[in-house]
Amino acid sequence: MTQTILKTHDLSIRFGGVTAVDHVNIEASENELIGLIGPNGAGKTTLFNLLTGVYRPTEGDVALFDGQKLAIVNQQSPAKRARLGIARTFQNIRLFESRTVLENVMIAMNSHTRAHTWDAILRLPSFYKHEATLKNEARQLLSIFDMLGVQDTLATNLPYGQQRRLEIVRALATKPKILFLDEPAAGMNPQETADLTRLIKQVQQEFKMTIILIEHDMNLVMAVSERLYVLEYGKLLASGTPAEIQQNADVIRAYLGENDT
Amino acid sequence: MDQTHIKYTLSWAAMAAMGFVLIFMAQMVGLIGHYGVTTIVLIGINVIAALGLNLVVGISGQFSLGHAGFMAIGAYATALIMAVMPGVMGFIVGMVTGIAVSGIVALIVGIPTLRLRGDYLAIATLGFAEIIRIVIMNLKITNGPAGIFGIAPFVSWQLVYILAVITLIIVVNFVRSMPGRAIIAVRDNEIAAESLGINTTKYKVIAFVLGALFAAMAGSLRASFIQSIAPKDYAFMQSIMILIIIVIGGIGSMSGKVITAIALGILDTLLQNFGSLRMVIYSVILIVVMLIRPQVIFGSRELSLKKWLFDGGDGHDTDHTENA
Repeated sequence: MTQTILKTHDLSIRFGGVTAVDHVNIEASENELIGLIGPNGAGKTTLFNLLTGVYRPTEGDVALFDGQKLAIVNQQSPAKRARLGIARTFQNIRLFESRTVLENVMIAMNSHTRAHTWDAILRLPSFYKHEATLKNEARQLLSIFDMLGVQDTLATNLPYGQQRRLEIVRALATKPKILFLDEPAAGMNPQETADLTRLIKQVQQEFKMTIILIEHDMNLVMAVSERLYVLEYGKLLASGTPAEIQQNADVIRAYLGENDT
Repeated sequence: MDQTHIKYTLSWAAMAAMGFVLIFMAQMVGLIGHYGVTTIVLIGINVIAALGLNLVVGISGQFSLGHAGFMAIGAYATALIMAVMPGVMGFIVGMVTGIAVSGIVALIVGIPTLRLRGDYLAIATLGFAEIIRIVIMNLKITNGPAGIFGIAPFVSWQLVYILAVITLIIVVNFVRSMPGRAIIAVRDNEIAAESLGINTTKYKVIAFVLGALFAAMAGSLRASFIQSIAPKDYAFMQSIMILIIIVIGGIGSMSGKVITAIALGILDTLLQNFGSLRMVIYSVILIVVMLIRPQVIFGSRELSLKKWLFDGGDGHDTDHTENA
């Protein structure tokens, strides 16, 4: 029996009169790959923001697996949730643009390394040792994703596909238990999308983590997801395996529109 | 890698020592008179204050207009303690106290205000500096608007030079370390930094407090060097003067700050002869410089000895935090 590591109960958020996420109940197990789909404006990113702590729910709960049991984390900041093992990428890429690829990854490792401020200021041998360890770890991670060649490039100078890839590597550097990917294939060409599909599979297999993925590219999402949730107007419309969802009449209607005839 | 680091460190040390010897020789030969020494000391004090403010404005990206407030705390703590404790010990205790008080005040002011952004933070910090100035103006112990006179002079150019070099080392080493990188990450993209588990407020407060410590040190040095202090020395214009050094030196660039502080210091001295026209000429020069190069003098680039001396070295281990 696999462990449930994320669960929501009647999760809702209202902005003024708009209920962006409306009583959504979802759950995710260890090492599961879940797709989250729905038309534009369905509340997918808002749901991500609720799960990662950018927004606090108006109603309902978010629970995360914290050591032994599921704990409600409604009031915890994104930084605290990150330390519980949540990592994410963003729809509009958010890298540390003035830093190199290597530094972007090293900064992410911050969450699980102690800051040795005095060692750094006095440049004690322990500082160099610590830096070297961090650099090595970061380089190992980059080499897994074929990014060692660009380690000294400024993040802002990377091509688009590589920026997306770096964002994923950076998220992995925090050693998360759950990885949220917000439209990772947005703006990618078919070749890049195919690479990304392999990358997502690889991450799940090599790092043994739960991945929750928002994606509009149906080929990608159907190829990688084990289970899908479909959102429409903030409500959960359907859930099931890719095959079930493809046959679901409600989902077809939501995507293709009502058939009047 | 270690070899390069040692060579690199030694080269910077040699450069710092060379500057020291040059000034020493120039003074011996009589090239630098009393006036010159004053200029050098004031430049050094500005360098310390600017490097501190750079941590706040340049590195952590928080716009603070309250630096003069922290300088005032350092200056008055030094003057008041030296009044009851004459001698070098009084100066040392005064400076340390000033730095400590300034750090505590920065912590208290920083925790609520650093949640504000951009313009709001600028106004909040400006307000803070004004509060400090008005409190000093109205307290009996600080002698009101007249200020304090006859502070014993213990500040030589040698002391200021050494402290400026130490400040530079601390700031550069701090920025090129894990906490420094975390602060830059918060500046570059706060939402992303937070999503990685970085406590953004904590790192902004750290930068703000460190900046305040150096401001207090600068204020303390200035009090003992000028030998008199008054609230008007720590008005809004003082914060602006330090901010000018930062903006012209290129937001973020350390070497840019040092060179700008030196250039403006010399310019300021040269303009002494122009009397009341001085500030007008000074302003015109600033405007022209800004027009010619908006990313003035350095942009965010650094003077890099490594690039000059060890070019083509081990590519993998080059320090890429240069443009911090």
